[in-house]
Amino acid sequence: MGLKSSLHNLKEKYKGKKMAPAFNAIHTFLYLPNETTHNGTHIKVADDLKRTMNTVIMALVPCLIFGMFNAGYQHHIALGQIEASSGFLGSTFWTWDNLVVGLWQVLPLVIVSYGVGLAVEFLFAVLKGHEVEEGYLVTGMLVPLIVPVDIPLWMLAVAVVFGVVIGKEVFGGTGMNILNPALTIRAFLFFAYPTWMSGDKVWVHGAVERDQMIAAGENLDAISGETILGSLAQNKAAGYEVMDMFYGIIPGSVGETSVLLILLAGLFLIFTKIGSWRIMLSSVIGALVMGLIFNGVVSSGWITESSKFYGLMSTEFWHHLLIGGFAFGTVFMATDPVTASQTNKGKWIYGFLVGFISIMIRVFNPAYPEGVMLAILLMNVFAPTIDHYVVQGNVKRRMKRLKVKTA
Amino acid sequence: MGLLSKKDAKLITDPLADNNPITIQVLGICSALAITAELEASIVMSISVLFVMGVGNVVISLMRNIIPSKIRIIAQLIVVATLVIIVDLVLKAFAYELSKTLSVFVGLIITNCIIMGRFEAFALGNGPWRSFLDGIGNAAGYAVILIIVGFFRELLGSGTLLGIPILGDPIEKTGLYSIGYENNGFMLLSPMALIVVGIIIWVQRTRNKDLVED
Repeated sequence: MGLKSSLHNLKEKYKGKKMAPAFNAIHTFLYLPNETTHNGTHIKVADDLKRTMNTVIMALVPCLIFGMFNAGYQHHIALGQIEASSGFLGSTFWTWDNLVVGLWQVLPLVIVSYGVGLAVEFLFAVLKGHEVEEGYLVTGMLVPLIVPVDIPLWMLAVAVVFGVVIGKEVFGGTGMNILNPALTIRAFLFFAYPTWMSGDKVWVHGAVERDQMIAAGENLDAISGETILGSLAQNKAAGYEVMDMFYGIIPGSVGETSVLLILLAGLFLIFTKIGSWRIMLSSVIGALVMGLIFNGVVSSGWITESSKFYGLMSTEFWHHLLIGGFAFGTVFMATDPVTASQTNKGKWIYGFLVGFISIMIRVFNPAYPEGVMLAILLMNVFAPTIDHYVVQGNVKRRMKRLKVKTA
Repeated sequence: MGLLSKKDAKLITDPLADNNPITIQVLGICSALAITAELEASIVMSISVLFVMGVGNVVISLMRNIIPSKIRIIAQLIVVATLVIIVDLVLKAFAYELSKTLSVFVGLIITNCIIMGRFEAFALGNGPWRSFLDGIGNAAGYAVILIIVGFFRELLGSGTLLGIPILGDPIEKTGLYSIGYENNGFMLLSPMALIVVGIIIWVQRTRNKDLVED
């Protein structure tokens, strides 16, 4: 008896029982779409929720693999064990050693994220008696990519429980949430455990450990793994080549550093019509406009080098697209179909403001150098308002046309 | 029959659970968010409100037949303000540090909707004894929530209760901290108080489905 038929038997056996959704979930996850239409209009499309989710996951996998190599690479570079890699295909980057360290660090994050998140989803499905939804599949993949590599696993687990329950389940589960769950999880970590989410230690595996060894009296050099945003916020030079920023060979959260791979993933999502190109494009425009304004302020001499905003304000406007999590947030999180604006005009406004506010928060609040997280969460809250006014505007325009005709 | 008649007892027990001023009527949220980061502050705030409401309800109830209804709000405000000033001065005299922690929120008891709400809804139409019970009951309902929220916020946010370390020393790394536990800084921020109150509301309405509004 194959897996499918045995699962089917189990499903039949538990029909109407409390645990039924759990078995149904495994069954539908492996073999069947969640829902089939029984009456009314039938539109035959292959891209159900599960396929949409899987496409996004496919786009995320390169970022994850790159993140593993980068985690190992940053670790080895910081310890002074390898030479700096030159270019994207540098010989010291794609090495077995880097991958092993990266796998050892990143895989537990993925396992905890999925394990805890899906456990909460299953629990709620059983309690509420509905089918398990696929919503967590993408969130579970996004979460390990947007946290520092050395984050303690129990913190991640606590944050995932909080994010899934308070960010999503209390609103009614997948499709009903107001805030992007992955960003809710990150925001929780950021405000609850700021020492593990910012500073110059957490981004490189081993730096925190090294610090503790030094504190214990061992004679070692401290590792500094400052991110580019962190350096700029302190008015220090970034210290990385522009091409390195583009390739992503820099310290940062696990999977958000490589703009190259994110760009490819973005094109893939646009090509498959999963991600909204309007949001991505308008958000890039918004970021560039804000960056240009700041550059203008600097070049007209209103802000001098003594200002604490100088470092980030004087950053060339297009560098903002390459540093920090802006690219990742724009491609994978601002485009979340549930929490973004739904109307086309609304998407332009929403995306523009995401980009605009990201750079604004980045510059004006050095305590929160990662503005894109807060900007997207803020715009998530406003997305329904934007949609409301877009729809009302359309209604008004058409009413006017009706009046002209009938007058 | 005990000390109180069944009807009178309900005045005290109702606000504690099914007609709680915070979780059901959603009043007095502001102070519940602002001062619950420490359990001690929550308790002192609860006692202050208990005093103001108990005495205030009695005073208003005694005066209910001589207050012209057109200016009753002003009369009520004067009563609350007087009582709050008494509380404020007592705190300043006997618990100065604490009164600094509570800062403006003692003064803001005046604007606590629960107090004015009970004056309007109950004390103006009932005798002093019943008004007293109603005031005590509602203040107790408020206090229960404040203390629950304060308990969790201080325990998870600072690892202490009433200022006494419970989970060990975060700097010396003793107790729970020795295995890598860390305080949750989010708990000390006001948004988390709102979320904790939300969770209490969630639990309460799951247990008693009658409270769920459509």
